[in-house]
Amino acid sequence: MNSLKRIIIFGATSAIAEQTARQLVARGASLFCVGRDSSKLDAVVHDLQVRASSEQRVDGKAADLLDVSHHESLLDAAEDFLGGVDAVLIAHGTLPDQKACEASFEQTRKEIDTNATSVISLLTLLANRFERQRSGVIAVVSSVAGDRGRQSNYVYGAAKGMVSIFLQGLRNRLARSNVSVVTIKPGFVDTPMTAGMDKSGPLWAKPEQVAEGIVKAMTKGSGDVYLPWFWYWIMLIIRHIPEFIFKRMSL
Amino acid sequence: MKSPLSWNRIPRVQPDKIHRLGYRQATLPQESWPLLAYGNGRSYGDVCLTESGTLLLTRGLDRFMAFDRHSGVLRCESGVTLADILALVVPQGWFLPSTPGTRYVTVGGALANDVHGKNHHVVGTFGHHVRRFGLLRSSGERMECAPDRHEDYFRATIGGLGLTGLIEWVELQLMPIQSPWMWVESRRFGNLEEFWSLNRDAETKWSYTVAWIDCLASGSKRGRGIFLAGQHAPPQANLPSFKERSRRMAIDPPVSLINHLSLRAFNALYYRQPVNPCGALQHYQSYFYPLDTIQDWNRIYGRKGFFQYQCVLPPSVAQDGVAELLNTIAASGQGSFLAVLKTFGEKPSLGMLSFPRPGTTLALDFSNHGEATLRLLDSLDAILREAGGTLYPAKDARMPADLFQSGFPEWERFADYIDPAFSSRFWRRVTS
Repeated sequence: MNSLKRIIIFGATSAIAEQTARQLVARGASLFCVGRDSSKLDAVVHDLQVRASSEQRVDGKAADLLDVSHHESLLDAAEDFLGGVDAVLIAHGTLPDQKACEASFEQTRKEIDTNATSVISLLTLLANRFERQRSGVIAVVSSVAGDRGRQSNYVYGAAKGMVSIFLQGLRNRLARSNVSVVTIKPGFVDTPMTAGMDKSGPLWAKPEQVAEGIVKAMTKGSGDVYLPWFWYWIMLIIRHIPEFIFKRMSL
Repeated sequence: MKSPLSWNRIPRVQPDKIHRLGYRQATLPQESWPLLAYGNGRSYGDVCLTESGTLLLTRGLDRFMAFDRHSGVLRCESGVTLADILALVVPQGWFLPSTPGTRYVTVGGALANDVHGKNHHVVGTFGHHVRRFGLLRSSGERMECAPDRHEDYFRATIGGLGLTGLIEWVELQLMPIQSPWMWVESRRFGNLEEFWSLNRDAETKWSYTVAWIDCLASGSKRGRGIFLAGQHAPPQANLPSFKERSRRMAIDPPVSLINHLSLRAFNALYYRQPVNPCGALQHYQSYFYPLDTIQDWNRIYGRKGFFQYQCVLPPSVAQDGVAELLNTIAASGQGSFLAVLKTFGEKPSLGMLSFPRPGTTLALDFSNHGEATLRLLDSLDAILREAGGTLYPAKDARMPADLFQSGFPEWERFADYIDPAFSSRFWRRVTS
């Protein structure tokens, strides 16, 4: 079991990350939150401060993670504030407009930078720090969309797939250093990111449900985690549909 | 997305659009008006509904902003529920100075309906404990309203049914407590006359008083019931253990489970429940929120829903008025599952449209049997009209316009403060 006392959260203003942060605070953790929009970040941080006990520390810093040159100094600031880091949750991301990406490589590159490149920059720095420390948890919110490319959102899927495979390798590398690498693969989650979709049906989960799964997976140091659990079985089937059939399906 | 309903599931109407609010600094939609905020769907009827325009879902505004553990001043976004607040503040020795019978209402909804609790005779309404709040107008203007700042908008928005703009955040003065437990005395009373004498005495001694009455009993037993008096308990050396058992009403029965037989049985059994005239400790959750332990209890009335009828009668005619209402109900045979009787205190409500006022309030639930039920409610209206009483907008799905306008004489003045983009089905119904 990993102890989760000092945690950095990237993308703290996302619905899933905010709910996870509340649950971590309720378990006594101190948090350093990073988000792009400073007024949203302030709202999240103030809320967490009210929920925390007087012994816990909660603060944050607004930063655009697309600017990878600041990643090192952000990590330093977080480590200073928390007095060491036990765990990191990387949860920032966007849901690209697939049609816009098909029309523009620039758009596609931007989405891949946001959802994959910036994550990999953080992971590179964190891996080395945690490897030296010989403990810690690195958790990243990837997606079931990264398990197989589909016509409806393969730019997003490709970025998340890259993150998932990168994490797979990292887990393999850091296993001997006692560092847990957790890949979170949520299915459909009812958040502002999915605002345009029809959310009726049994497959949609609430962010607080997913957050509960994330905290559990981080504590246990699980590897690949599908949230809610039934997505494991759905994706198992989807991954095993033969390509000559899959290519004709409209998923 | 499925269209939100109010708690009694009447009426079923669909807005053109549903817009979720997530962060305070967002702007309001500039098209698909009228706008109306919808919190946690605990009000009844159509104060929280519109059949055109855009419903603004406020549950995403669920963040605390500041809490001073020493002074008990709490500031939070309007979509935070009273349950969220209690979970935060009770272990730290604070409590809501005024709370309705469910903790699943949002702070914004509690303010907009100027709700009250069993301690109204001591502390007034929810609005009396609001220090300030933020109001976002459709023009984009943000107003901070307080008793000494935009005082007219402060008075219009308290009990203003969400029509003066979007309430973005609220700052409350909480009340100190020494324990999450209550000291509660319960007594059985045989008829209305006994209620009045019990109540007169209890109001001077207890901070919380309320009575449940058997509205099916008639004759010499008319108005029999159970009187509950309570106060926050002092620290205790030995506390009982408490774990709330929560159940869920998981299905929509095709017809209401509340019928003539079940009502008669329930009311008779409830009246015969063990009482505790010597007093006992009771946890605040089971004391204040007995129905919160059954999630979705409103589904027990089936798909057709139910009507809540909460009225207030002026003090001079309250005794005769309540007796006449009970006569009419008992004669109709359409009883109420839980009839609640409570006298309001003298403290004038702050809001232009606040419901609480000196007098007696009676709250009843009726299964929706269509015309028969509406006819009964019309005959109750006639008694109210005669007595100079009125109905609670937050619980109403059908009151006639005249009963609203005579009961809320400031309504025309209030109309000047309505945001041009905001309206509700209720407002159109009672002012047209």
